[in-house]
Amino acid sequence: MNSFYKKNGPVIATLFLVAIIFWLVFLIVIPQLYMLDLSFRPNLPPLLRGGPDDVYTLTHYKHFLYGSETSKDAYNYVDIGVFLDTIITAVLVTIINLCFCYPIAFYIAKLATPNTARLLVLALVIPFWINELLRSFAIRILFAGEGVINNILLELGLISTAVNFIALDIALYTGLTYAYILLMIFPLYNALETLDTNQLEAAKDLGSSTVRTHWRIVIPHAKAGIASGSTMVFMLTAGALATPVVLSSPNTYWFTQLIYQWFNMNDNWSRGSAYSIILLVVSVTFVLLMMRLFKVTIGEVVR
Amino acid sequence: MSAEVELQNVSIAFGNFYAAKNVNVKIGAGEFFSFLGPSGCGKTTLLRAVSGFLEPSQGKVLIDGQDMSGIGPNKRPTSLIFQNLALFPLMSVADNIAFSLEVRGHDKTSRRKRADELLDLVALNGQGDKKVHELSGGQKQRVAIARALAVEPKVLLLDEPLSALDLKLRQKMRTELRAIQQRVGITFIYITHDQGEALTMSDRVGVMNDGELEQVGSCYDVYEAPCTPFVATFVGENNAFYGKVEKVEGGKVKVQTGGSSFIGQAGLGLDKKNYKFKAGDEVIMFVRPEAISLKGNSKRTQNSFSAEVKTIEFEGNLKNIFLRSAEDVDIRFSVSSSSDTSGMEPSKNVYLSFSQDNAVVLPTGALALD
Repeated sequence: MNSFYKKNGPVIATLFLVAIIFWLVFLIVIPQLYMLDLSFRPNLPPLLRGGPDDVYTLTHYKHFLYGSETSKDAYNYVDIGVFLDTIITAVLVTIINLCFCYPIAFYIAKLATPNTARLLVLALVIPFWINELLRSFAIRILFAGEGVINNILLELGLISTAVNFIALDIALYTGLTYAYILLMIFPLYNALETLDTNQLEAAKDLGSSTVRTHWRIVIPHAKAGIASGSTMVFMLTAGALATPVVLSSPNTYWFTQLIYQWFNMNDNWSRGSAYSIILLVVSVTFVLLMMRLFKVTIGEVVR
Repeated sequence: MSAEVELQNVSIAFGNFYAAKNVNVKIGAGEFFSFLGPSGCGKTTLLRAVSGFLEPSQGKVLIDGQDMSGIGPNKRPTSLIFQNLALFPLMSVADNIAFSLEVRGHDKTSRRKRADELLDLVALNGQGDKKVHELSGGQKQRVAIARALAVEPKVLLLDEPLSALDLKLRQKMRTELRAIQQRVGITFIYITHDQGEALTMSDRVGVMNDGELEQVGSCYDVYEAPCTPFVATFVGENNAFYGKVEKVEGGKVKVQTGGSSFIGQAGLGLDKKNYKFKAGDEVIMFVRPEAISLKGNSKRTQNSFSAEVKTIEFEGNLKNIFLRSAEDVDIRFSVSSSSDTSGMEPSKNVYLSFSQDNAVVLPTGALALD
């Protein structure tokens, strides 16, 4: 601590410390702890809070698993179903995203001339200057019954009646995949960029096919970038709200929509908190399991 | 199995820039051939054309008489060792060496067996399970050689692979590379800007300048009988006396340079015939620093001149004495360190001479830049 002050001077050092502590404590630790605490408390009107009824309880977690006390079902099939759907869809979206982004990132990092690479990066970044909600609406317009894509397909005679992309959730998957594409591309690009091009040539010279070179040389090299990008895309997709609200079909629910309802429409912050904590814990556990499976360490992912 | 490599009128252009211009050379099967030239002379480009990473803009690359146009690097009987070696850092040493066999679908045991054989060949027995980063620079070098040899190439291409090593190791690896080449008996094409490497290892050397192959010959030839001023000054050190031909008598040429006249041999052209000079031709006479000797007295004899000592440089085995002649030509004169140079101190005048057999007269042209 002393040497930190000596190195940076008292003003800068204090500024650093205050900023970091503010960020960690006020923006991350306190809200999360507050939510954790809230999730174990009954939903009471403000006057009764801190009173004799305000005791720790598992009621909200039980609600997620077993449903309301008046329900006849053994389990809360609706909420658990939505939750599993959300996680599975997020995994699928992450995989689709990776399959899309890997060739693009490889092209930008290794094949494109510097000018083309800059143009491509710009083309990728500029759409993200527009708000996420607006981008989702744009995709909705593209996929609508009378939307651009249907019109083109009809015009070309490839289909005879309009496809309901929204009901099929194709619009939702597309929107979710596109929403976090940059968070996949940039870690991938960073990882691929550090690969020595001579390695690719050496593999080729030794007789390797393009597929094998990628499998044996490029992907192992980019493993940390793949893990980092996939983690971010998965977490953000599972926690997305705006895109599912705009693009999901009437009978598809995203788990965050449930959380939103508990907080805002039902005014049950405790239950909302419990649902948030469930999403967070399961997502983190899933990511850690995947990292164990693919032998990636946390240090590599955040590099 | 080794193969003959032939470059026929090979030119390689990048836009308007020609990295190689009309290169013709035939490299024999089993030969150790070096392309020697300064950086940017096009030698690496030429090597990439042989390995298949580049297609010549004009001309052809033939390996064993077979035209290689349109055949990719993974289909040619060549193997390339990169300047930075390009070993695969995430694989073990054995996996690196056997990668080409893995690609060809050999099973694990036969791959391991071959890797161990090759490790023996490059004197790295029992190091197969190590990671690449656990090896020293010289060991990595050997792994790269073993990996390149695993495919049993007919031609091994080496792109300055020793340039990252320190001097001692480089000298050791030269000897070793030469020994490996003789053991496996395949054609080696070696790229270097280091004339020491080229001269010590090669059977023949091709000296390149500015995309052109200026001279191809034995190490002895390019040193003793350079065809162009560039070769004369790039390979080893040389003193250049600019002048005009005064008289030609047989192979001997009398050259008027400054106030004096020196006699030397007419150099050999690319066609192995002596240059035909006539009186009045602009020429350069080249004399090697070690061909100059110190004269005890000031008596003018043939091919003698006086010069003022500027500096003396000690190089271990040699002493290099830099002088300026009375005609304002910079002279470099080398003697063995054990010789007595007590009379040579800066700003002193000394008398030097050289034998006419050691002076080579060539038409004017660009010198190698130091």
